[in-house]
This record gives sequence, C-alpha cells and structure tokens, in this order.
Amino acid sequence: LGRSGIDAETWDELEEALLLADVGVGPTMEILDHVRARVKDEGITDPEALVEVLKAELKDRIGGGDRTLRRDVSDGRTCVWLFVGVNGVGKTTTIGKVAARERAEGRQVLLAAGDTFRAAAAEQLEMWAERAGADFVRGAEGSDPSSVIFDGVQRAASRGHELVLADTAGRLHTKVNLMEELAKVRRVSDREPGQVAEVLLVIDATTGQNGLTQARQFAEAADVTGVVLTKLDGSAKGGIVVAIQTELGIPVKLVGLGETAADLVEFDPDEFVEALFASASTPAAHRETP
Amino acid sequence: MFDALSDRFDGIFKRLKGRGRLGDAEVDEVLREIRVALLEADVNIAVARGLVGRIRERCVGEELSRSLSPAQQVIKIVHEELIETLGGETMKVTFASKPPTVVLMAGLQGAGKTTTTAKLARWFKQQGRNPLLVGADLQRPAAVEQLRTLGSQIDVPVWSEPTDPVAVAEGGLAEARRLGRDVVIVDTAGRLAIDAEMMEQVRQISGAVDPHYTFLVIDAMTGQDAVSVAQAFHETLALDGVILTKLDGDARGGAALSVKEVVGRPIAFASTGEKIADFDQFHPDRLAGRILGM
Ligand SMILES: Nc1nc2c(ncn2[C@@H]2O[C@H](COP(=O)(O)OP(=O)(O)OP(=O)(O)O)[C@@H](O)[C@H]2O)c(=O)[nH]1
Ligand SMILES: Nc1nc2c(ncn2[C@@H]2O[C@H](COP(=O)(O)OP(=O)(O)OP(=O)(O)O)[C@@H](O)[C@H]2O)c(=O)[nH]1
Ligand SMILES: [K+]
Ligand SMILES: [Mg+2]
Ligand SMILES: [Mg+2]
Repeated sequence: LGRSGIDAETWDELEEALLLADVGVGPTMEILDHVRARVKDEGITDPEALVEVLKAELKDRIGGGDRTLRRDVSDGRTCVWLFVGVNGVGKTTTIGKVAARERAEGRQVLLAAGDTFRAAAAEQLEMWAERAGADFVRGAEGSDPSSVIFDGVQRAASRGHELVLADTAGRLHTKVNLMEELAKVRRVSDREPGQVAEVLLVIDATTGQNGLTQARQFAEAADVTGVVLTKLDGSAKGGIVVAIQTELGIPVKLVGLGETAADLVEFDPDEFVEALFASASTPAAHRETP
Repeated sequence: MFDALSDRFDGIFKRLKGRGRLGDAEVDEVLREIRVALLEADVNIAVARGLVGRIRERCVGEELSRSLSPAQQVIKIVHEELIETLGGETMKVTFASKPPTVVLMAGLQGAGKTTTTAKLARWFKQQGRNPLLVGADLQRPAAVEQLRTLGSQIDVPVWSEPTDPVAVAEGGLAEARRLGRDVVIVDTAGRLAIDAEMMEQVRQISGAVDPHYTFLVIDAMTGQDAVSVAQAFHETLALDGVILTKLDGDARGGAALSVKEVVGRPIAFASTGEKIADFDQFHPDRLAGRILGM
C-alpha cells in the first residue's frame, strides 16, 4: 500500500488480505462496504488512513462481548468448564494449558476424560493432569462420556476442588447423534453437584469457511459461551472468528500459541487485527497462476 | 451454508435464454459467481484466480451447444476444469523392488496423521502386504500409545523407542528388515510449516529412511493457509501425494484442490471418518462436485 491515493487496486489488496485470512467472502464484502462508506463520509484519501479505518472496523466487530472466564456458580455447586469442538483442533491440549494456569493461581482442579472414544485420549489427558498437578478421572474405553464427567464432578465436589475441566471427543458438527451426545454431556455436567459455567468451543486457526457452521451447530447443541482460538502461532490468521463473533455473538476468550503449557494467552482484539494484516500475503498467494 | 452453484447460476441464466454465445458482461457476472463459490469452498484465492481465468477462456471461446442451457454448459466447463486441476486419475501405488516400501507421513498438528497411518496400514494389508508402523512422534503426549492402540485394532505391529525421532525412524526400518515386513509407515509429530527447527527434523527423518512415498496429511476443513503449508512441506520433503482427511463433514475441501494445483502432486487417499475403515483411494470427480456444491 505504498501508493499516494486510494484506487481500485487498494481495495483489491484489502479484500485479498481479508480473504487470505479466512474472514470469508460475505463478511469481507460487508466490512469493506462499511469502510467504503466511512471513507466517503470522512473524505479519506490516504491509503494508510484507510487501513486504519479498516482495522478500527474489525476491532469494533470482534472487540465486543465479555471475555472473562466465568467461575460464578450457585452455592455449594462445583464449577465445570466443558471443552468442545471438531476433531484435532486442540481441546485436550488447551485443557492441559488451562489446568496449568489454574494450578499456578492456586486452584484445585480436576480433569475429566470425557473422550472415551479416541485411541489413547485419556492417556493424553492424564499426562497433562500430571504435568499440571491436577486431579484426574477417566472411564473405561467406550464408556458413556456423560457418566465419566459426572464421576469427575462428584469427586471434585467431595474433595472440595474449585474447578472441573471436562474433555470431550472431537466430533464433526454434522453428526447428529454425536451432537446429541454432546447436548447430554452438557445437561449431565450441569446436574448437582456440578454447574456448567463455560462451554468453550475450540477452533483451529487454520479453519476455513465451515468454521462458522461449526460454531452454529455447537452453539445449538451445547450453548457455547466462548471460543478458544488455537494454533495462532502458525501462519494461519484465524479470520473465521470474525464471522463467529459478528454473526453468533460468541467472543474469543483464549488463544493457543504453541504446544506447551505456557502457550496460552487471553484474546487481544488489537493484536489479532494487527496480525491479520502482518504479511498476510504469502509467496504462494502471489504466485501467478497461468 | 452455501447455495448450490447451480442455484446461483440459474438466476443469471434465466436472463440469457436463447443465446448461443455469452457476451462479455454476462461472462463477467458468471465468473464473479464462480469465484465466490470457489472462495466459499476454501479454494485459495490465487488458485481461484487462475481457475477463473481458464474458465473465462473456455466460456468465451466455445460455441455453446444446443442440447444444454448456458447454465448447464458453464457448470460443465467448471466441473471439467476442477477435475482437470484435481488430477484425472486415481494414484497408483507401486512397491519397492527391494522391500520394504517406506512411507512417511507429515503434516500440521491435528490433521489426522496418526489415525491415517493406521488406516493406510489396513489398506496395505488388504493389498496383501505386511506393514510395520513406526511411532516417530515423541512429542505429543501419548502419541505412541495412540498408534499402538490403533495398531492392535488392525493387528499390525508398532515399533518405537524413547530416543529421538530420527533414530526411531532408522530403528523402525531396521526392525522391518529384521521382521521381514514389506511396508513401513512412519508417523511423525505434527509441526507448523513455519517452524524451522521442526521442519529440519522431519527433513532428517526423511533423509534417514529415504521414503518411497511421502504423504502430506491435510484436513479438509483447512482454509487459505493450506497452500503455503503445502509448499513448505513440499520444499522440505518433496511430497509424492496428499491425503485428505475429515471429508465426512460438510467442508467443501477447496483447500485440497489448491494444494494439488500448487505442489502438482495427486491427492492419493481420502479419509472419511474416525473409524479405521473410513478410508479409500481418492476419486477426483467426487471432490469436484463437492466443491461446487453439486
Ligand atoms: N502449534 C500449536 N499446536 C497446538 C496448539 N494447540 C494444540 N496443538 C496441537 O494440536 C494437536 C491436536 O491437539 P489435541 O489437544 O490432541 O486436539 P483435540 O481437539 O483434543 O483432538 P481430538 O481429541 O482428537 O479431537 C496436538 O499435536 C497439539 O500439540 C497450538 O496452540 N499451537
Ligand atoms: N471425522 C473424522 N475425524 C478424523 C478423520 N481422520 C482423523 N480424524 C480425527 O482427527 C483427530 C486428530 O487425528 P490424529 O490422527 O490424532 O491427528 P494427528 O495429525 O496425528 O495429530 P498430531 O499428532 O497431534 O499432530 C482425531 O480425533 C481423529 O479421530 C476423518 O477422516 N474424519
Ligand atoms: K486441524
Ligand atoms: Mg482430545
Ligand atoms: Mg499424531
């Protein structure tokens, strides 16, 4: 954007940056329409100023919503955070990270291995529990995930732990029976002595355009309260969360930046938007196809 | 989420009834719709640009036949171009003259490598082979345990040791020779394409076992980033093919098309579920229809 005025090419470049970040065609057009109107109203002619307006528009869109993690539960109930999402996005790893953080803040935590399906899923979670010094409950392979989590909640309650982090098996949002199973997991986790305070949908930053459908379906089945955006340490920008926040009103609460316990941060809309435009274009994207 | 492409086109073409050739303005309008459809299917923006260019040439150049409506005609052109881009034929897997045939699996975190390693082993078994699985992911918690569990489900031995990934890969190859296994599939840790150290590690693994086939495992839900990821893996490992996973969902899988276009290697296999049997060789025509929402 080194040119002196705003021309069609400027708009094309901005459009390309947003599309390359996986913001999606619909949202990109809508955002640029807004920006176009503002640029006209405010008589903006400098490309740099235009970029600032675009950034502000994006920050507006994803800046809203309450991003604090809820711990408030009724008297005598044990707080449960459920982690849900499609396969391989980083649910189990995020639980490990959150557990480490909670432990460092002095809370007693229990990890419940609600993924009874995938090979060695419980072993994986158990290793994270050991690393974090958290309590751990698992069931037999193939057993009912709701019961395993409920066992975990009861044990946490009886031992006076403050928080249960419940893992669930990865599932595609298109699988009706698995989404029903998830709805049940949520209901059972919400039974006394437990109470669900957060349902965190884990979204992989590489996710393309079906990420919005993922969020919609998981929200419908399990009443999602926030998004964890993982793998933002890679080259993908995670732009699909713009649509998730704008259309479904689900805020991003946490961000995963690596594979170790320390690689978890709060979502920062400013940083996210800046990163969206930082070398958004890859050599590949600029390769001229014949 | 998306309207089927034919629905999109119908409106435009209603106004074009009875024409034998499309005018420039109509072609532009149709091509804009095609571009949107491709982008919504996660086709990389640069790849979409190239594709649309080729489709434009054919739409302008070809006399439209009488038997098809303009809409049908254009959809047919788009469909053909997609199949062409995806590679017409199903990939033929051949075997090393001096066994074992070595297969290396690589890809981003969570793409489905370990699951696919087991699925591929089952597939090789069905071809009458005797695979050995090698667990060279010593990083992700319980990765080797996961592979062992899957191996036992399909009755295929798994070899690993807690040394380092390069040594494990070498050791696995030696173990296969010792046991007389004729296929070795090496599972590796997930890694980011921009992680220089981890990319160097997988390069060394590849150097140590000199694979006959190196597959990049790609999640069908991947967006625009797939192309740079594939290029980086291709530069490091000289890929032989791509394995596309999680096709059982509603993702259009346009990223896979982009990867094929950019690295020029076929999509060899497709994975369509969490169960080991949910796996087969790849058929380009099916994905072409899916990308178009047909
Ligand atoms: N680079 C990077 N890798 C991550 C991040 N979060 C998770 N991963 C990796 O992603 C892979 C999948 O993570 P898991 O935690 O097993 O994902 P999951 O959602 O529990 O997977 P399933 O239970 O199989 O559905 C692992 O290799 C993790 O180490 C992150 O923020 N950055
Ligand atoms: N629905 C569906 N899930 C799949 C498919 N292939 C793999 N998975 C799931 O995706 C998740 C990740 O698979 P893994 O095989 O652990 O992926 P990976 O690439 O080895 O992960 P890392 O080793 O952590 O990098 C698991 O939950 C698998 O069951 C598929 O075709 N469809
Ligand atoms: K993924
Ligand atoms: Mg998991
Ligand atoms: Mg793996």
